[in-house]
Amino acid sequence: MSLIAITEVKKRFGDNEVLKGISIDVAPGEVVAIIGKSGSGKSTLLRCINGLETIDEGSIVVAGAQFLPDEVHLKALRLKVGMIFQQFNLFPHLTAGGNVMLSQMVVKKTPKRDAEAVARKMLDRVGLAHKFDALPDELSGGQQQRVAIARALAMQPIALLCDEITSALDPELVAEVLAVVKELAAEGMTLVMVTHEMRFARDVCSRVVFMHQGRVHEIGAPEDVFANPRTPELRQFLGVQ
Amino acid sequence: MIEFSFWDILRNLLLAARWTVLLSLVSFIGGGMVGAALLFLRIGGQRWARLLSRGYIQLFQGTPLLMQLFLAFFGLGLFGIDVPAWLAACVALILWTAAFLAEIWRGCVESIAKGQWEVSASLGMGYLQQMRYVILPQALKVAVPPTVGFSVQVVKGTALTSIIGFVELSKAGSIVTNATFQPFTVYGLVALIYFALCWPLSKSSQLLERKLNVAHRNH
Repeated sequence: MSLIAITEVKKRFGDNEVLKGISIDVAPGEVVAIIGKSGSGKSTLLRCINGLETIDEGSIVVAGAQFLPDEVHLKALRLKVGMIFQQFNLFPHLTAGGNVMLSQMVVKKTPKRDAEAVARKMLDRVGLAHKFDALPDELSGGQQQRVAIARALAMQPIALLCDEITSALDPELVAEVLAVVKELAAEGMTLVMVTHEMRFARDVCSRVVFMHQGRVHEIGAPEDVFANPRTPELRQFLGVQ
Repeated sequence: MIEFSFWDILRNLLLAARWTVLLSLVSFIGGGMVGAALLFLRIGGQRWARLLSRGYIQLFQGTPLLMQLFLAFFGLGLFGIDVPAWLAACVALILWTAAFLAEIWRGCVESIAKGQWEVSASLGMGYLQQMRYVILPQALKVAVPPTVGFSVQVVKGTALTSIIGFVELSKAGSIVTNATFQPFTVYGLVALIYFALCWPLSKSSQLLERKLNVAHRNH
């Protein structure tokens, strides 16, 4: 059974139809890369899965729970699906440890001591155990993004959505973040990631989705999609003739 | 004719200045509470609440404080309710302060990056949790300098309550002038006392701004 079932999802911003009927099924443990030009709707799709955008038609079911735009359902959905953003969005007034602890204490009502233990474990997992007391200001972009990953992991989601998580990073910092994601994939975490890192998509992902003008244009195993692009749009996107 | 010494004048003005201070405090604290409520209505989810709060703010920002004082003082009188000057002064100033503080704070809340709302939502927080743990702690820091700055306006605003007969510093000034016939000395002192109250506030607003380094944090 699929973990995330997206069926015929449509989304409009005013007159502009951004998603024109998207259907994707993600199995548990799968790592799906969504690629495509900017404006193709890939980020919007990711935001819909997390309930940051409402959908106009179709359905999104995550682990058996239907997406419905009311607070109770949204919260249940978001406890299952974590999201990591391009701009890290760490809470600037809290330390790295505090960032990872906050939602556990506030949303799950975890006692402080337990939350701290989880936070230390998660920061260790992303290689930042020694930065527990550092403020976001004092961390590099790559470190901030890793704290953001630890923060999402601390909620023990069954899937993670990554929205261009390396696009705001200096090239030299991209690798450390991708290494963490790769490790998560190896551990069996279900990942849906919008990415521009084609090599990473090829090496790590189990499936690649190419979106074009609000539709799934091509979908398949990375070796097929990258080696034998069937449509001229994908060929152009990949820069092969 | 009775002679008034400089000390007599100053002492009477300082005694009246207590009421200016008290009225300022009441307006500021009361206005802060009403303002916070307005803020939550203004940025909350309910449409009717947003409209109500916006209408309130526009009404009170769009009319002179003097008119608001008159309406509070004479308006209720029309219904046979006798409003003492101090009460009308407090009510009008609280409502007026609330409108401005709500708008100042709204700006502070809206200055917090949209990503902070999104990420806290994606972590499963509800609206009030987002406000309490993520948005307000950041917004408060931004809000301190303009809020302290606005308190200067409140102190000066209390002078208008002299018109409806509340005896605070300004009203005491005119009473003492009528008795002593030394308007320049008296109003000069009145002005100096206002300055002594307001200047530390403005100064602390500047200091806080520098200390919290508001403009250059997290960007």
